Amino acid sequence: MAKIKALTGAEASAEAMRQINPDVCAAFPITPQTPVMQKFAEFVADGIVKSEFICVESEHSAMSACVGSSAAGARTMTATSSAGLALMWEILGIASGLRLPIVMTIVNRALSAPINIHCDHSDSMGARDQGWVQIYSENAQESYENTLLAVRLAEKVLLPVMVCQDGFITSHGVENVAVYDDNKVKSFVGELKPYKPLLNVDDPVTYGPLQLTDYYFETKRQQEPAMEEAKKAYQAIGKELKKITGNDYGYFEEYQLKDAKAAIVVLNSTAGTTKAVIDKLRQKGKKVGLLKIKLFRPFPYEEVGRALKNISSIAVLDRSESFGANAPVFGEIKNALYDAKSKAKLHSCIFGLGGRNIYEKDIEDLFSKLLTNKLKGKEYIGVR
Amino acid sequence: MLPTICFVKEIFEIRIHGRGGQGAKTAAQFIAEAALDQGKRIQAFPEYGPERSGAPVVSFVRISDKQIKSYAPVVNPDVVMVIDPTLIGPVDVAEGLAKDGILIVNTSETAEKIKNKTKFNGKVCIVDATKIAMGSVGKNLPNTPMLGALVKITGVVGLESVNNKVKEKFLDKIGEEKTNRTIEGIKKAYDSIQ
Amino acid sequence: MSKEKLKGYKEIPIGGLITEPGSAKKFKTGDWRSFRPVWLQDKCTHCMICPPSCPDDCIPTEGNLPNIKRKETDFDYCKGCGICAQVCPFKAIEMKEESGFIK
Repeated sequence: MAKIKALTGAEASAEAMRQINPDVCAAFPITPQTPVMQKFAEFVADGIVKSEFICVESEHSAMSACVGSSAAGARTMTATSSAGLALMWEILGIASGLRLPIVMTIVNRALSAPINIHCDHSDSMGARDQGWVQIYSENAQESYENTLLAVRLAEKVLLPVMVCQDGFITSHGVENVAVYDDNKVKSFVGELKPYKPLLNVDDPVTYGPLQLTDYYFETKRQQEPAMEEAKKAYQAIGKELKKITGNDYGYFEEYQLKDAKAAIVVLNSTAGTTKAVIDKLRQKGKKVGLLKIKLFRPFPYEEVGRALKNISSIAVLDRSESFGANAPVFGEIKNALYDAKSKAKLHSCIFGLGGRNIYEKDIEDLFSKLLTNKLKGKEYIGVR
Repeated sequence: MLPTICFVKEIFEIRIHGRGGQGAKTAAQFIAEAALDQGKRIQAFPEYGPERSGAPVVSFVRISDKQIKSYAPVVNPDVVMVIDPTLIGPVDVAEGLAKDGILIVNTSETAEKIKNKTKFNGKVCIVDATKIAMGSVGKNLPNTPMLGALVKITGVVGLESVNNKVKEKFLDKIGEEKTNRTIEGIKKAYDSIQ
Repeated sequence: MSKEKLKGYKEIPIGGLITEPGSAKKFKTGDWRSFRPVWLQDKCTHCMICPPSCPDDCIPTEGNLPNIKRKETDFDYCKGCGICAQVCPFKAIEMKEESGFIK
């Protein structure tokens, strides 16, 4: 039986970590990630988990310690935000290149400058090509469940996984969270069977040797099929998790999309707000829908293309910019629709940078513009 | 006692104004958790930002029988609670408050005066939560007595569930005597509402 | 330099791991050498200063103390750095141009 608790998104992630009971956790505090590790550190101090908590002096060190412990054969988790993720940058590629199944909670926050602590997705979107699997979560419940799924996925395909949630909106907001039975979750997560652990002296291996023009390319070439494998494994593991939670773990969620004339594509908490607006507009007979991306890396091009193919007017909402290029989510949707030979009118909308609020009214207006073909070029929602 | 107001809205929304450190966030969480204990779907969230002691802060509560999908800030609350009366003026506490909404203010002044100050013409309820808190816990902690007033006025949650929440959260931290005095303060505020 | 056929991405261990211990032995560096240490056995006292001084560990020894003896340099790995010649107190190692040895 699931227990309904009042938890913040940060506490929900920590709750998942409690049940996972990782061997090692190395982290450095940064707003708005801090309450994740604060709660988890409580579990460590109270002896509720057996994890070794390594307090490091920076996020660069945090991820370095995670790389070391994961290579040694320990189940390893961490969390960060914004500048912390940026400081980890160098080591992110080492974690994925060495194929280490580290799971990291990302509490999305804007990057400097100007300095800002609020939510946008420029941190994790900036890291989207670092070889990590990325899963985005609409709310505290999804953050909790995605973290459980991520551990299995990471260890199955030997790739590190980021589980993202919106800073403050999700991380600091209290809501109903169904926490599933400890034993059921523990048996789902299982024991880590490490691949070639560094501490196994009976089978000695070298991690991270120099590979120049002779082998670097081959090692990198291996990461691509691993991502393809991750796509399959995500669904298979999701089906297993569904037996406990009853929830679906699709690459994306379709909400009132089947007969929609206008659709919004967005990820994380704004998807929830969009659903609330869709409910209102549907009552007025407006055919509007949502596609909420959950798995962003690997990106499900074919499936997204199929789901959006017959919708005539689509707005893709990005909470980050890719200056001088298509915004991250928009670019992927455009790719998917090109392959699907869609003739949809596709619009890029940037919103919510640095935590600028997005209101139901904003989304309502956007839908009405989509339905009346009033959207021209790239749109900025809520900027002066 | 029967709730004086029954709400028919699908989602009941509360906005709480206070100053950093006065427990606006805690108050929001108490109401939400008490509602959760009664089987409701809830959201409680502060106006996001770094903790600033003494600075005006806002927190929000949503309560519903159905899943709450929106994560947008509360724009048109059904109830506004003002924990610190000195905020009236510097902050437009009645902003977005529906005409049939309720403004609950911690003050020793009359409702008429508050109406004039806030320019809010709907229902204004006053409770001297500071005085009650000074009398019960001996400290200026008006957030919990405010909950007593809210419960009496709106019936959004039962008094007993709020008291249980207070016990659950405070007993280990401040001990039995202070917890009981806190609950006594909530009851006093509850009874002070006519 | 090893002339081993390079493997494809499907054939190598994942993550660029090296799964075979001591595989550095396969990487022969002898062809980097432009000077060769010539061991003058008649001057050598087997004092054991040169073997541990070699950065490539390519001066083999046999036997145990006090009867330990050095053997001829392993030219598969000797890069010709000349440290052995520098440290030898008996001038029993002379650096000679490698070109004179190429057949």
